[in-house]
Amino acid sequence: MRIKKILYALTVGIINSALGAGGGIAAVYALKKNGLDQKTAQATALAVILPLTAVSVVIYLLRGDFRIEEALPFIPLGLVGAFCGTKLMKQSQNKFLRKSFALLMIFAGLRYIFPV
Amino acid sequence: MTYISSFLSGLLCSMGFGAGAVLIIFLTSYSGMEQTQAQGINLFFYLPIALFSIIKYKREGLIDFKAALSFIPSGLIGVLIGYALAGFLPTNYLKTVFGLFLLAVGIKELFSKNQ
Repeated sequence: MRIKKILYALTVGIINSALGAGGGIAAVYALKKNGLDQKTAQATALAVILPLTAVSVVIYLLRGDFRIEEALPFIPLGLVGAFCGTKLMKQSQNKFLRKSFALLMIFAGLRYIFPV
Repeated sequence: MTYISSFLSGLLCSMGFGAGAVLIIFLTSYSGMEQTQAQGINLFFYLPIALFSIIKYKREGLIDFKAALSFIPSGLIGVLIGYALAGFLPTNYLKTVFGLFLLAVGIKELFSKNQ
């Protein structure tokens, strides 16, 4: 059982680092497999991905893939979005989240298979 | 356009609907950025958004820190492995595999009955 968890976590990390996005989805999936309900899984995934992303960011910066200044303009409104998102999340039911998340996975899946 | 995509990304990200798809799509399509550049920006963008959201959710007790902590160590190792692999593995292959996986799970979840 422990091995399974470790493998899930490894996969989340690999996806986060190699693909730059999608790690969150993998994390939600892994957490649900670990018994969390949809809402808690989605919120907890954020906590899992945060340190992983911090490390990934350092790697990307050291590799010179991007510059921090390039990301800054998006953050202010992003935080506004987050404020609204967290409010919405509190009100949402598991069933709604589950179906929405399913649609997200399908959309993301298609995009990965057929990158535009 | 920048405004819409930032807001949308923040909204989706904070709800755990990460994948940062919106921002990356915007960056590569409208701004014509390189894939890795867009990925890096998206990852960096995520940091304050996630921090903010986590603080909010913690107050509601929506975060299972015990579970999170059990995943993080191996996850960090995974990040390093991903970095090492990035040189060897064709990312396109990984993307297709992961994409198929997401598609399969997504469809299954969409048509599942309970909860």
